[in-house]
Amino acid sequence: MRLRLSTDSIRNASIERVEDLSGQALSSCYQCGRCSAGCPVVDEMDLIPNEVIRLLQFGQIKKVLRSKTIWICASCMQCSARCPKGVEFSSICDALRAMVLRMRLATPAVDAGNLSRVMVSKAPQMGVVSALRKLLNG
Amino acid sequence: MKIPYYPGCTLHERALDFDMASRECANALGVELEELPVWTCCGAVFPLTTDSVMDILAGVRNLAYASRMGDKVVTLCSFCYNVLKRSNKVIREDEEKREKANLFLKADTDERAEMESYLEQDYVGQVEVLHYIEMLRDVVGFDKVAKSLKTSLKGLRVAPYYGCMLLRPKKEMEFDDPERPTIFEDFLETLGCDVVDFPMKAECCGGFQIVRDEETAIACSQTVLSSAIKRDADLIITTCPLCLYNLDRKQKEMAKRVKGFTKIPVIYFTQLLGIALGIDEEHLDFSDNYVDPRPVLAGKKLV
Ligand code: SF4
Ligand code: SF4
Repeated sequence: MRLRLSTDSIRNASIERVEDLSGQALSSCYQCGRCSAGCPVVDEMDLIPNEVIRLLQFGQIKKVLRSKTIWICASCMQCSARCPKGVEFSSICDALRAMVLRMRLATPAVDAGNLSRVMVSKAPQMGVVSALRKLLNG
Repeated sequence: MKIPYYPGCTLHERALDFDMASRECANALGVELEELPVWTCCGAVFPLTTDSVMDILAGVRNLAYASRMGDKVVTLCSFCYNVLKRSNKVIREDEEKREKANLFLKADTDERAEMESYLEQDYVGQVEVLHYIEMLRDVVGFDKVAKSLKTSLKGLRVAPYYGCMLLRPKKEMEFDDPERPTIFEDFLETLGCDVVDFPMKAECCGGFQIVRDEETAIACSQTVLSSAIKRDADLIITTCPLCLYNLDRKQKEMAKRVKGFTKIPVIYFTQLLGIALGIDEEHLDFSDNYVDPRPVLAGKKLV
């Protein structure tokens, strides 16, 4: 992927917001890829976890907020558990979802409004409530 | 001995079997799970962002209710456990959030609780959140559990599935080693089972993604199941109603998709404990399971 970078675009207000909301320092990531290696749903993602972080390190917030990845993440926290630098990608992912949902910064790449009715009527309550809160509420 | 108990929404509705089996086992071990007289949903997920105080209130309010009954609260659902434990840590460690949360709690009145404010003193994290398995180990004691057993589970090959929410994030949950947890293995050894170690025991079942995209979640669950099957497990135990749903109910879809798919029963850990304690099968209720565990159990002369 080719990116055109400038010093002002690398560190912008949205990137600082991601750091604040997630409580994570993006610059700590040294791109080892362990987060992506441990992710159970990585095959479904358009940007894998360490790519999301790399793009954020370069100030590319729009590309990240438009990605499917943030909606596909199952919040299993394995990426965070495996990171040798203590970066919690799952928290970054939560923050990115919240930014889209609260500030309408992008249209969700996955239609979370279209949750399966059958599942809602059958799945355990905590599964339904957590899906609603993670994907629709922010 | 009475211990305050927070069932959470799922054990109150769609996982009544889990609630019943767990209460029965506690009784058999001399513990009465005393349900909080007033409780609400914990919110099911810990707040997504660091700026959110509103989102920890549901968890904290339940902890405040529990603080009126004792210094501990026991729960079973891994999502409730995750939310309550992490919210408690926030209250203990973050002064600003603690103050804000207490302002909310004091302003709140609850008619059902028949009190103006349900809080006489500030909630500062005085309650210890315990998972039921921790209660068995630390309050009852695995040695006492061992002495109370009526039936030997020797020869039954059981794979303990931990999933995500009990273990992670480690520094907040402080439950067990997130890569190599052992508490359920110790529990199974107490019951005399043959413990099956399998590589996917702490991997994700797909979680809430089952509601958005069944395919994604089923693929995760299938990976977990086949890992246990490859190690010749007779059955899998869990403490999470969502894991059980994905791992058990979705075997119907897996069987349709994969030729020669081997089914494996998945049950709650207290249902297995119930068998070992000689509790009547009726009180353990396997009727909701898609893969009936009874043939496997009957094969070992356990039901
Ligand atoms: S595991 Fe940590 S350091 Fe490695 S790429 Fe992922 S976030 Fe970066
Ligand atoms: S939390 Fe999300 S991104 Fe991280 S490993 Fe789990 S599914 Fe993948």
